[in-house]
Amino acid sequence: MRDLILIFISTLLINNLVLSYFLGICPFLGVSGKIESAFGMGMAVTFVMTLATSIGWLIYNLILRKFSLFYLEYVVFILVIASLVQIVEMFIRKYSSSLYQSLGIYLPLITTNCAILGSALFMVTRNYGFLEAVVFGFSGGLGFSLVLLIMAGIREEIHYVDIPRVFRGAALTLITAGLLALVFMGFAGLTAS
Amino acid sequence: MKDFIKGLWKEHPVFRQLLGMCPALAVTTSAINGISMGLAVIFVLVFSSLVVSLIKKIVPHQVRIAVYTVIIATFVTIVDLFLKAQFPEISRALGPYVPLIIVNCIILGRCEAFASKSNIASSLRDALGMGIGFSWGLFILGSIRELFGTGSILGIKIMPVNYNPLIVMILPTGAFLVLGLLVALMNKIEE
Repeated sequence: MRDLILIFISTLLINNLVLSYFLGICPFLGVSGKIESAFGMGMAVTFVMTLATSIGWLIYNLILRKFSLFYLEYVVFILVIASLVQIVEMFIRKYSSSLYQSLGIYLPLITTNCAILGSALFMVTRNYGFLEAVVFGFSGGLGFSLVLLIMAGIREEIHYVDIPRVFRGAALTLITAGLLALVFMGFAGLTAS
Repeated sequence: MKDFIKGLWKEHPVFRQLLGMCPALAVTTSAINGISMGLAVIFVLVFSSLVVSLIKKIVPHQVRIAVYTVIIATFVTIVDLFLKAQFPEISRALGPYVPLIIVNCIILGRCEAFASKSNIASSLRDALGMGIGFSWGLFILGSIRELFGTGSILGIKIMPVNYNPLIVMILPTGAFLVLGLLVALMNKIEE
C-alpha cells in the first residue's frame, strides 16, 4: 500500500510526465489555452492512460514475456493504444452523448499523445507489478491534467496582457512552462522518510 | 527542390510548426544527443515516407492512420535495436525517447499530410528536408544547453576555466526556456 501511495505522489508531482519527462507537450501547447478544454483533454488522457498501462501490462507480461517476443513491444503498445482510443470513443458515443460532447473531440488526438506510449514504456522499464502499473497510469494522467489546468489558468490571464509580438503564442507558453517546471522542482524535496 | 528546402527554414518542424517537441526538449542536454536523435528521426522519417508513398493507393482510408503508425513503429524498432547493439551509450542516453519517435508528430504528420498524397521522389525530398531541419534545430538547442550547462560543446571546453556552469540549463526548466527564446528569435527574424 505504501509503495502505491509513493508511486502516486511521485508520478503526480515530483516526476510529472509533462514537466520532467516532456511527455504530452503537443496537447500541452495546443489545448491549454482554455480551462474548459484543458479539463476535457485531461480527463480523456487520464482515462485512456489508466487503461493503456493496465492492458499493456497484461499483454506484455502474459504474452510477450511468455513467448519472448520483446521486439514486438513497440508495435503492440501502439496498436493497443490506437484500438483502445477507438473503442473508448465508440463506447462513450453510444452510452453518453454529453460525455462524448466534452471528450469526443480530444480522443483521436490521444493516439499520438506521447504521454500514453511513454507511460506504457516506463511501466515496462521500471518493472512494475500489475497494481503498481494501474496506479502509475492513473496518477500519470492526473499529473498531466493538473499541469494542463494550471497552464490553462495562467494562459487565460496572459490573454489580457500586452506582450511583445515575438513572444506571443508558443514562445511565451514554453517560457511559462519552464518557470512551472522550476516551481515543480520544489516538490523534489518530498521524499519518503 | 522546393519540397526539400521548406523543411530547413520556412516550415521548420521545431521552431515554426512546433512539432516533435517531446524529443526536442528531452534529449537536448548535449549537442551529441541532439544529433543522434536527429539522425534516428531522419532514418525513420525517410523510410516511413517511402513506404507510405508506395502503398498510398492500396490502404483503405479509414484505417490509414493505424497502418502508418505500424509502419513507423516497425522502423523505430529497427533503429532501437540497431542503437542498442552498435551504440549502447547513445541508446542509454536517449532512453525511452527512441521508442517515443513512434508518436513524434513530425513523422505521422509528414506521412499524412505529404507522403500519402505525393509521388515517391517528392516524398523522399520532403522527408529529408524535414529530417535535416529537425536535426539542426536539435543540434542548436543541444549546443546552447550544453554550453551554458557544462561550459563545453560536443565535449570540447569553450567557456573560460573559472566559468560556473548553470546547472538549470540541463534541467527541464532550461529546455523550456531555451526553446521558448529560440522560437521568439525565429519570430523576430521572420519579421
